[in-house]
Amino acid sequence: MFADYSMSELGAIFAMQGFAGLILFSVFVLMALGLAIIFGQMGVINMAHGEFMILGAYVTYLTSNVFADYMPALFGTYFFVAMLLAFLASGALGLLVEWSLIRHLYKRPLDTLLATWGLSLILQQTYRSVFGAREVGVSIPDWMMGSLPLTDLIEIPINGIFVMVLAVSISAAVYVMMFRSTWGKQVRAINQNRVMAGAVGINTEWTDRLTFGIGCGVAGVAGSAFTMIGSTGPTAGQLYIVDTFLVVVFGGAGSLLGTIASAFSISQAQSIMEFFLSGSMAKVLTLLVVVGILMIRPQGLFSLKLRK
Amino acid sequence: MSNENSDNKVNGVSRRAVLAGGTALTASLFMPKNLRAQDFATADINTTGLAVTDDTVTIGILHSVTGTMAISETGSVQAEKLAIEQINAQGGILGRKIEYIQEDGASDWPTFAEKARKLLVNDKVASVMGCWTSASRKAVLPVFEQHNGFLYYPTFYEGLEQSPNVIYTGQEATQQIIAGLDWVNQTKGAKSFYLLGSDYIWPRTSNKIARKHIENFMEDCKVVGEEYYPLGHTQFNSVINKIRLRKPDVIYAIVVGGSNVAFYKQLKAAGIDPTEEGPIVLTISVTEDEIRGIGGENIEGSYACMKYFQSLENENNIAFVKAFKEMWGEDIVIGDVTQAAYLGPWLWKAAVEKAGSFDVDKVREASPGIELTTAPEGYVKVHENHHLWSKTRVGRAQADGQYEVVFETAELVEPDPFPEGYQ
Repeated sequence: MFADYSMSELGAIFAMQGFAGLILFSVFVLMALGLAIIFGQMGVINMAHGEFMILGAYVTYLTSNVFADYMPALFGTYFFVAMLLAFLASGALGLLVEWSLIRHLYKRPLDTLLATWGLSLILQQTYRSVFGAREVGVSIPDWMMGSLPLTDLIEIPINGIFVMVLAVSISAAVYVMMFRSTWGKQVRAINQNRVMAGAVGINTEWTDRLTFGIGCGVAGVAGSAFTMIGSTGPTAGQLYIVDTFLVVVFGGAGSLLGTIASAFSISQAQSIMEFFLSGSMAKVLTLLVVVGILMIRPQGLFSLKLRK
Repeated sequence: MSNENSDNKVNGVSRRAVLAGGTALTASLFMPKNLRAQDFATADINTTGLAVTDDTVTIGILHSVTGTMAISETGSVQAEKLAIEQINAQGGILGRKIEYIQEDGASDWPTFAEKARKLLVNDKVASVMGCWTSASRKAVLPVFEQHNGFLYYPTFYEGLEQSPNVIYTGQEATQQIIAGLDWVNQTKGAKSFYLLGSDYIWPRTSNKIARKHIENFMEDCKVVGEEYYPLGHTQFNSVINKIRLRKPDVIYAIVVGGSNVAFYKQLKAAGIDPTEEGPIVLTISVTEDEIRGIGGENIEGSYACMKYFQSLENENNIAFVKAFKEMWGEDIVIGDVTQAAYLGPWLWKAAVEKAGSFDVDKVREASPGIELTTAPEGYVKVHENHHLWSKTRVGRAQADGQYEVVFETAELVEPDPFPEGYQ
C-alpha cells in the first residue's frame, strides 16, 4: 500500500491523518459534553439530545440569514453571535422541558428514556413543519472554509481547527463550572445524595433545572458548530445520538474526565481503522471493542466511587 | 403535521396559475382532443371494479411526507400533483377527472406495504404514483403483484428488477453510470477512479457496475479504491486522506442523505476544490434538491450524471419549470427524480388512452412503446422491460445551486435492468 510513496509524502499523510483523528476527537467531545452533564450528573437519559443540537444549528441558520440580509459587512463574525444565541435558545428550551416533563420523572429514570424519545419525535416534526423537510444550507463565512497549508504537502482544514479550539474552551468552561463554582458543588452534592443535599439547604429543584438547561445549551453550541461540517435538517440530530451515548457510557457516567478519555480513545481507534480498513468495518470493530470492554467493566473507563 | 392531505379525497380543482402553465404543455402525441366521458361507458372501460365513475377516476399517491425520507419525497409528491392538475385542466383521462388519495409511507417500509394494500383493496385506485427508496418499493411489490395494482416508480435505482406491475420512470443503474464514466474518460482523460458510497444496496450495486465497466470496457483504466460508509456518517477526513494518498483522477461519489452535506463540506475544507486543478468529482447521487442542503459554494465544480437538470433549455422544460414554480413557489428547485415523478401521471394517461380502458391488464399491455414528446427531459419512450429510454446527461455544479449541462448522449440510452457482463 505504501511502497510507491516517498517518506515525505507518507509523513504528510500520516500527519494529516493524525489531525483528522484530533478533529474527530473534538467533535465527539462537543457532542458528548452536554449529554455527560445531563446523563452523568442527573441520570436522565436524554434521547432528544440530538434535537437540542439541531435547534442550535437552526438558530445558526437563522442568524446567518439575518446577518446576510441586514448586516452583510459583519457576516464574517456572525458565527460567534450564532453560537451564543444557540446556547440561549437550546438552554431555554431545556429549562422549559425540565419544568414541564423531566421533573415529574426523576423517580422513574427509565421512563425519561421514553419521554425524551417522544420529545425528540415531536421536535423533529416541529422542525419539519417550521423549516421544511429539506435540509437547509448554512453559509459559512469565507475565512472559516478552506484549508491552511502548513507545509507543501500538509493541509489542515480551518473548520477543524475551529472545532478543536471550541472543544477545548467549552471543556474548560464546563470544568470550571463543575469544580470551581457553587453551582458545580451543588450539582455534585445532589448527584451523591439527593436527600442529604436537600437537607443541608440546597435548592435541588432549581439546581436540577439549571443543570438540564446548561447541558442542553452546550448541545446547542455543538449543533451550531456542526453546521460547518455536517447537515442541518429535521432528522440530522439522529446522526449524532448513537455516537454520543457511546462516548458517555464508555467513559463512565458521572465522570467528565471519563467522557473526554473515552472520546479520545474511540476517535483515535476509529480514525486509524478507517484509514487502514473500510469505513463500515472500522465502525463495526469500534463497536465490538467498546461492547467487549463494557462487558468486563460495566461502569465504564472512569467511575466515581460512591457509597450506595 | 404537514400531512394534511392524507386520507382526504382532494378534488383536482385547478388553480389559475397552474392552468396557465398547463396549457403550455398540451401537445401530447397521444391525446385525442376533447374526449368526452359519455363516449366511454364506465362499464366498458372498467371491468375489474376500479374506482372509476362516469366523471372521475381515482389514483393513489404513496410517498413519505414525514420521517427521514420526507426530504427527498416531497418533490415527487409536488410533481405528481402538478401533473394531475394539468391533466385535469386538459379534460382528464377518457373524459374523467383524476382525483387522488394521498397516503403517507412515513419513511417506514412496513407502513408503505400497509398503505399500498389500503389503496388497492379499500380504495380500488386505478394506479399509484409512489415510493422512493428501493426498500419501500421492495416492500410494496408483493402487494401490487398480489392485487394486480399498477405503480409508477420515479427514482433512479440499482436495476435488477422488472415487475409486470411497475413502470420505472427513473434510470436503472447502467443508464446513469456508463455514459458518465465514458464521458469523463474521453473528454478529461481520466484513468484512475476512487469509488465511494454510502453502505447500502444502491451505491454498492452501482459501484459494482462502475467497477466492471472501468476494468473491462475502458482501456488502461483502473479502480484505485472502493469504500463504503454507514448511512448518516458525518466524518470523512480519513477517507479524504486516503484519496489524497491514492491520487485518483476521479472521485466517484455515491454518498446520500445527510452524509452528502458532510462529505462535500469536508472535501472543500480539506483543500480539494473541484473548480481547480486536481481530482474530478463525479457523482450520481446529488440533484439540485441535495445541493440546497450542501450549499452551492461547497460543491461548485463537481460533475453529476443524471438524465434531467432543471437548467435544461428545451421548450418542454421551460414550461415545466414555470408551472412548477407557479404552483409551489419561486424558491423551489427541481431535481432529477422530481422530473421522473412528473412523467408518471402522463405516461399512465397515454397508456390508458391507448388501451381505451382503465383495466390494469390492458394498460400494462399498452404501456410498452408509449412515447412522451412533452417530457421536460425531452423525448422518452417506454421499453418492453417497463423502464424508459432516455438520454444521459452530465452537468457541472455551479455556485447558485444549478447545474450547467456539459454533455448529453446523442441517442436515447436503452434501459438494461439485468446487464450482462456486469453481474
